[in-house]
Amino acid sequence: MKQYEYMAKGHLSRQGIKIPPGQVADTPEEARNAVAEIGPAALKAQVLVGGRGKAGGIKFARTPDEAHAVAESILGMDLKGYRVDRLYVEGKLDIDQELYVSVTTDRNVKAPLVMASAQGGMEIEELANELIVRRHVNPRVGVMPYLGREMAQAMGLTPSLSREFADLLVRLYRIYRDLDAELVEINPLAVVDGHLVAADARLNIDDSALYRHPDLPTVVEGSALEEKVHALGLAYVELEGDIAVMANGAGMAMATLDAIQYYGGKPANFLDAGGGATVEPTAQALGVLVDMHPKAIFINIFGGITRCDDVAQAIVQVRRRQGIPVPLVVRLVGTNEREGVALLKGEGIAAFSEMSAAAQRVVELAGEGR
Amino acid sequence: MAILLRGEDRIIVQGVTGNQGRFHTRQMLDYGAQVVGGISPGKAGQTVEGVPVFDTVRQAVQATTATASIVFVPAAFAKDAAFEALENGIRLLVLIPEHIAVQDSIDIVTRAQDLGAVVIGPNTFGLITPGEHTKMGIMPNHIYKPGKIGVVARSGTLSYEIAFSLSNAGLGQSTVVGMGGDPVVGQTFISVLKAFHHDPETEAVVMVGEIGGSAEEEAAEYIQTLHKPVVAYLAGRSAPAGKRMGHAGAIIERGRGTLESKERALSAAGVRVVTMPWEVAPAMREMLGQ
Repeated sequence: MKQYEYMAKGHLSRQGIKIPPGQVADTPEEARNAVAEIGPAALKAQVLVGGRGKAGGIKFARTPDEAHAVAESILGMDLKGYRVDRLYVEGKLDIDQELYVSVTTDRNVKAPLVMASAQGGMEIEELANELIVRRHVNPRVGVMPYLGREMAQAMGLTPSLSREFADLLVRLYRIYRDLDAELVEINPLAVVDGHLVAADARLNIDDSALYRHPDLPTVVEGSALEEKVHALGLAYVELEGDIAVMANGAGMAMATLDAIQYYGGKPANFLDAGGGATVEPTAQALGVLVDMHPKAIFINIFGGITRCDDVAQAIVQVRRRQGIPVPLVVRLVGTNEREGVALLKGEGIAAFSEMSAAAQRVVELAGEGR
Repeated sequence: MAILLRGEDRIIVQGVTGNQGRFHTRQMLDYGAQVVGGISPGKAGQTVEGVPVFDTVRQAVQATTATASIVFVPAAFAKDAAFEALENGIRLLVLIPEHIAVQDSIDIVTRAQDLGAVVIGPNTFGLITPGEHTKMGIMPNHIYKPGKIGVVARSGTLSYEIAFSLSNAGLGQSTVVGMGGDPVVGQTFISVLKAFHHDPETEAVVMVGEIGGSAEEEAAEYIQTLHKPVVAYLAGRSAPAGKRMGHAGAIIERGRGTLESKERALSAAGVRVVTMPWEVAPAMREMLGQ
């Protein structure tokens, strides 16, 4: 779960990392009041995407009236697909130098990774490799100040900045560990009057660890439909096509989308009904697909723990309950295949056994393909 | 021969009295696995599917001399269960649960490294050695056949699909290993490929990968030194960037983890990369000159 900039900065500040004075503003009026209090400020759109500045999501205001006008222009605007509902009004900084620092998890090394650069400000991916100082953290040891001093040396920081950087890194790692962060990033880490200030920050929390952090505010990133399906406990991603898809298991669901695309069709969604879903969750998932009003529906099941007769029953149930008004293609193999296929046959639905043939057929029925 | 899991390995089940633990204990026994004990605190003295239940791993290991454990406890308790196993001499640990916090996984994997233990998962279907009638996992029993193809996969059902098509094509398996769908897991493609490399019974390897991370790219470098044919299928060609495709680890983040990058690296290393899952078995037959 991503946190908005102002939330991330709250965590930094509570951990003793210096941030500029700032206030949240949901209306132009609040933005005006904030600038009256703070003085000249940056008005920053609170959205969960990078590159806000270039997209027009960060603007400056010297006076309260200017802040009102600027807030009116940003609030409600569409920023890379996200609507701006909230601003963070933050005191303008006189920046001497922009640095970069982050803590994240290196999947391959299976350990935390600290990255820093004396050339902050732009996205880390755009930085030349030799400008980035990387150090893995031994999770048994954690981050001690010496690691920060070593990195500061490699970055060419002055001795007094080096001390501050080392102190900051210890605190940043504490946030990474204590909050179960996937990523905590300060970029730019600004040098202002010889001191380090977090000018922008990102904080992503591991979804699997949210149960340990009940106090964190819930930040919703997906569409309303994605949220609805997630609430059913299913993995779901909205896509741009019009063939609705359900499969069991994440890998199978991905492969199913790939197969549709292979035959020239366009999948409308990713939906993993679970590796061992029973009748009711499967019926709920299928219900969601019907409600999407797709051109066709494709159900691709390799029954392992999932039983084919359970899936067939779910299909029959949804047909009777709400109807399935679009072409439906079912591929059903594995555990209790015979029972499942017979059940569907009784309903006039012919199940496929080959994934390739089924994918090809659903693309045809949707009127797509090559 | 096979890798990681042998027929004689004695296995305990942590979380044996839960629905999943009970069901899969039955399945593992039916397959022929040596399940010798189960753990469920407070339930010592009971039996599950004829298997004695113990309160602690310590007690179970003393009574049964087990060295392998499969964990079915809820994600929030998995770190405790994993450490209990590792500290009591378990050297092959299979972590089935999904949604274990990444920091917990880091701690588990780090401790296992210190002790020289092998961790499979988390978020895995486990591993199976058909030729020795043993498995630790939740995969369906009937789709595998003994043979000489090693399979290493990130995803469960997709690997079932592919293993079944291999079996139907007369290509049995030496061992099938599920690495797990999480960002941090105990194994890498390289560690499993190395084991297949050293196994004289494994003639060729199938890799089932997916978007996210760079495990496939790292593996490519190693494969150049592996003198066994490798066929790879990778899922997620049509996945948009920035979205988690079911598995916590299946995400293209900030330009990294794309399918193109993985395909390029593997192809350059001499791996036969196929586009669709049903192309794996024919490609493997071709590479083996059948």
